[in-house]
Amino acid sequence: MGEILYHFFVYPGLLFAGVIGGLLAWFDRKVTAQVQFRKGPPLLQPFYDFLKLLLVKETILPARGSRATFLIAPILGLFGATAAGTFILLPLFNINIGFEGDVMVIFYLLTIPSLTYIIGALASGNPLASVGASREMKLIISYELTFLLFFAAIVLKADQHMQMSQIIQMQAQSGPFISSLSGVLLFIVGVFCIQAKMGMVPFDQAEAETELSEGSFIEYSGTVYALVKLTRYIMLFILPALLVGFLISGFNLSGTGIIWAILKILAVVLLMTLIRNTNPRLKIKQAMRFFLIGMNGLAIVAIILTYLSL
Amino acid sequence: MGLKSFCLKKSLWVYHFAGASCNNCDIEILDVLTPRYDVERFGMQLVGSPRHADVILISGSINQRDKPRLKEVYHQASKPVFVVAFGACGCTGGVFAEGITFAGPVDQIVPVDAYIPGCPPKPEAMISGLSKLMQTI
Ligand code: SF4
Repeated sequence: MGEILYHFFVYPGLLFAGVIGGLLAWFDRKVTAQVQFRKGPPLLQPFYDFLKLLLVKETILPARGSRATFLIAPILGLFGATAAGTFILLPLFNINIGFEGDVMVIFYLLTIPSLTYIIGALASGNPLASVGASREMKLIISYELTFLLFFAAIVLKADQHMQMSQIIQMQAQSGPFISSLSGVLLFIVGVFCIQAKMGMVPFDQAEAETELSEGSFIEYSGTVYALVKLTRYIMLFILPALLVGFLISGFNLSGTGIIWAILKILAVVLLMTLIRNTNPRLKIKQAMRFFLIGMNGLAIVAIILTYLSL
Repeated sequence: MGLKSFCLKKSLWVYHFAGASCNNCDIEILDVLTPRYDVERFGMQLVGSPRHADVILISGSINQRDKPRLKEVYHQASKPVFVVAFGACGCTGGVFAEGITFAGPVDQIVPVDAYIPGCPPKPEAMISGLSKLMQTI
């Protein structure tokens, strides 16, 4: 029991994923600044932001709306992200604790943060937050099927092994999945899915700063907003880690393998940051069409190619 | 200096409240986000919701209609929050001070922590004002 709690709260769960996620959040902001020829924030900026919100700022509860739900939603979201992160990172770091959820567990745990954003936004009683929540809902409806097809294709590629550790092992034996044509298509689909899951431009309709002034999170302040931030840091680490584990043969943590592992994660985050910096926000209608027609089509093509073992 | 005030100082999120300005100050504020001045170096960020604000930056004169709204925004912001009066209009009322709708200046409506004079203030003046505000934290 103690070991499981250690894995959940310290390594590779809450604490570890939070710290790495914070550093990746800095990387994201720094690259954004460099793209715009700015200097960008200092290395520890995400941690200053987090600690300021956690320790200094007052937490305001909405006068109208359901206060308990408003407070519980971010906590649930954080635990969902941490649980998903633990299940993704344990096989990646080659730690065996006896229980291994299959990839469907990861899939369902990964939807929890977005769902809690919706619940929290609706509980705040703010009209802008509910517009944000309804957009988030539409976005989930559009990308979730694509994400499921992505998982299905990966499982199919791994000879229908459902466990993440087996998927990684398969790649260790027969080369990373991304080296095939279907793997490349799946990588494209996967990157756009996690982009939408992170709520990064072009899929940031739910918190559109300029029109909804932070949308779903408009009423959050102080400690609870710090938890929302932490959830996002963790997601920024575990989603690229998932993609690396599924397609780019995971991590090999011996010798120079550590450097490769870091480079793989940074490459995926860099790609996401560049997509975010070179695209405008889509209308929610366009985002839905993009996933329902474009990305689903691509995922289905990838599945067919996998059957033909291409 | 404690950890708390250090973190607060390093991460000031700015919410921009535009009163009845001539709009020039509002344009100048965006200048400090550009490559040349880049206030993100100091960890500052423009935020869209007063709930996330650490600094409320008030530009333009405050007229009868703005007054209750300014009070409301100040009330909505999560404390501790600092107020900066921006431009001649924010500090004293400027050219609008003798108008019939004038209800300011800002410091008679909400407590002000820093004044940045100018019409409009240069971006350098704004950075200097904000960094002086940082030193007082
Ligand atoms: S201070 Fe000058 S530039 Fe700024 S709003 Fe007033 S009149 Fe316009």
